[in-house]
Amino acid sequence: MSALVVEQLLNGLQFGIMLFLLAAGLTLVFGIMGVINLAHGSLFMVGAYAAALVAQASGSWWLGLLAGVAAAAATGMVIEFVVLRRLYARDHLDQVLATFGLILFFNQGITMLFGRQPLMVQLPQGFAGSIEIMPGVPYPTFRLLIIAVGLLVALGLYVLIQRTRIGMLVRAGATHREMVRALGVDIRLLYTVVFGLGALLAGLAGVMAGPVSNVQVGMGEQILILTFVVVVIGGIGSVRGALFGALLVGITQTLLSGFVPGWLRQVMPGSEADALGAALSSMGVYVLMAVVLLVKPKGLFPAHA
Amino acid sequence: MRLERRSLLAGLGLAPLAAPAFSQGAPLKIGMITTLSGPGGYIGQDIRDGFQIALDQEQGRLGGQAVQVMIEDDGFRPPQGKAVVERFLRNERIRLFTGVVFSNILGAVAPDVLDADGIYVSPNAGPSNFAGRECHRNYFVVSWQNDSLHESAGELANRLGHRRMFILAPNYQAGRDALAGFRRLFKGEVVQEIYTRLDQTDYAAELAQIRAARPEAVFQFHPGGLGIAFLRQYAQAGLLATIPQVMPAPSMDAGTLAAVGDAAEGVNLSSHWNSDFPNAPSRAFVTAFRAKHNRTPTYYAQQSYDSALAIGAALRQTRGSVDPAAFRTAMLRADFVSTRGNFRFNTNQHPIQDWFSLKVERVNGQLAIVTKDKILENHGDVFAAQCRI
Repeated sequence: MSALVVEQLLNGLQFGIMLFLLAAGLTLVFGIMGVINLAHGSLFMVGAYAAALVAQASGSWWLGLLAGVAAAAATGMVIEFVVLRRLYARDHLDQVLATFGLILFFNQGITMLFGRQPLMVQLPQGFAGSIEIMPGVPYPTFRLLIIAVGLLVALGLYVLIQRTRIGMLVRAGATHREMVRALGVDIRLLYTVVFGLGALLAGLAGVMAGPVSNVQVGMGEQILILTFVVVVIGGIGSVRGALFGALLVGITQTLLSGFVPGWLRQVMPGSEADALGAALSSMGVYVLMAVVLLVKPKGLFPAHA
Repeated sequence: MRLERRSLLAGLGLAPLAAPAFSQGAPLKIGMITTLSGPGGYIGQDIRDGFQIALDQEQGRLGGQAVQVMIEDDGFRPPQGKAVVERFLRNERIRLFTGVVFSNILGAVAPDVLDADGIYVSPNAGPSNFAGRECHRNYFVVSWQNDSLHESAGELANRLGHRRMFILAPNYQAGRDALAGFRRLFKGEVVQEIYTRLDQTDYAAELAQIRAARPEAVFQFHPGGLGIAFLRQYAQAGLLATIPQVMPAPSMDAGTLAAVGDAAEGVNLSSHWNSDFPNAPSRAFVTAFRAKHNRTPTYYAQQSYDSALAIGAALRQTRGSVDPAAFRTAMLRADFVSTRGNFRFNTNQHPIQDWFSLKVERVNGQLAIVTKDKILENHGDVFAAQCRI
């Protein structure tokens, strides 16, 4: 039983890390630029497609990784330059409409270029199997790689935001936007860089998700709602909040669907327990969000505190 | 989806007018509401393309009647499907509908069609709630009643000698039909059942439970992209080697197989049709589909093709009329040669047909879904008894 708990905790951690990769970019863009970017899921998809196609053509998953990250970052900067730049002064409704339009644009574009058939993605060499983390519990090595990559990204973002000049501008931009502008910083360049960084992280999440889930048109929208939940729980604009919010959501979701049906089955008939357990585990994350907002209305680590 | 409609119309316009026309004047409009975007998008694409193959064979006609297929995407969202059907009924005055992939969307679309005295011919979803007491004179299902997909999988599990099984399906109408259907014919013990979420991308929590429960085999129903994610993660977790899977056709179609690759080898499934069926109509359909689209048709395409044949057979008898009474009489004769072999309509206007076991094997080095044995003959569904038409 304890082995199962450890395995489920690890699963929750891994799912949380995946959410963090998406949420980090979203919260940066949201917090610093004040833009609600619904097309974040499309950047996730662009990363996954570029990685899958390049990996197929070259036979190297690692080349695919580079291509996916680069393609997503480039796409993100183009979006910022062509579309979002015109929307900073507008209200959130216009931004939501425009970025929703981008979702349709990207989904239809990918459909026209590559079709609707899901793509085949191979696991990278050396990460195809599983290793025994505890006696009797094999764990897929690729999921361990996802965890490692996520933690590295978290560390890298910490260094970037807390220890570099760009990070200083990012922090200042999040809290004192007008002052940064008044000091003569090229805020437009900063915005392009921040949006490119957010897109890069979304692309990285797409690359890592490719071999685990399915690379398909619309893959980004499935996970986008949970990503917004993470951003809201963590506090808008806070990368630290995104990390803790993502881990909280990932672990909660996994433990609920992993254990609640089992507990319920001890007190009621099997099929009723399974149905109720399914309902509870899909509600759980939203209940968590409601509770967090009740206690801390600005999220766990508000950037504008 | 305007692009696609235009290209279809162009296809009709270019077709030579060889077949004799019963009715002159405007073509009969058929409303096709299907899922073309999102992770189920390739399913709707195959339903659209399969239907079109039947039209191609008759130069843009069905049963001698010129038809115009109006295609709209439901976006995998029931409200959008409902909005499309309302527009089709009111603005386009369409009387004949088909195309819906998912049971939850059919639940939003079919009642509106039937309330307006329209006709619905299902090329895929056959939920239990429309097969029993709420069956309808103008509602025909050419594919299957949902449960029978999974009843056949239950029978397959019996034949494979599995005694203790772990079963999973998404938490929506078709998923509930799946687990109920599997239990109906499965004679062994269900160790545990789990309802997953319809928008789930990560199954690690469920896989850990499967490992802990130590079943002899797993039955899972996850159509489209859900199944791809499930199978990949199942193989990555190292479960494929120790706990075999038995699944219904939707969990392993040609699209899934192409995306999952080696992780699918050795999987057992049950279906009413497969692309290697030796009968002449099936071979002709598969050849035509491959020639046009350069991919193997899924059974979704086959069902849609059969739906078009069934509609064509009915239209031939009614001389192009979609008057519900006349159309129904003609439709129930099922006067067409199905690609699956035996086919007739039950009293609830759902199919009575045979079910087969299939296995994913290497054929000349390539993975393919290979037909094995017939496991159920002339199989209908249990809900027909409750249907009073």
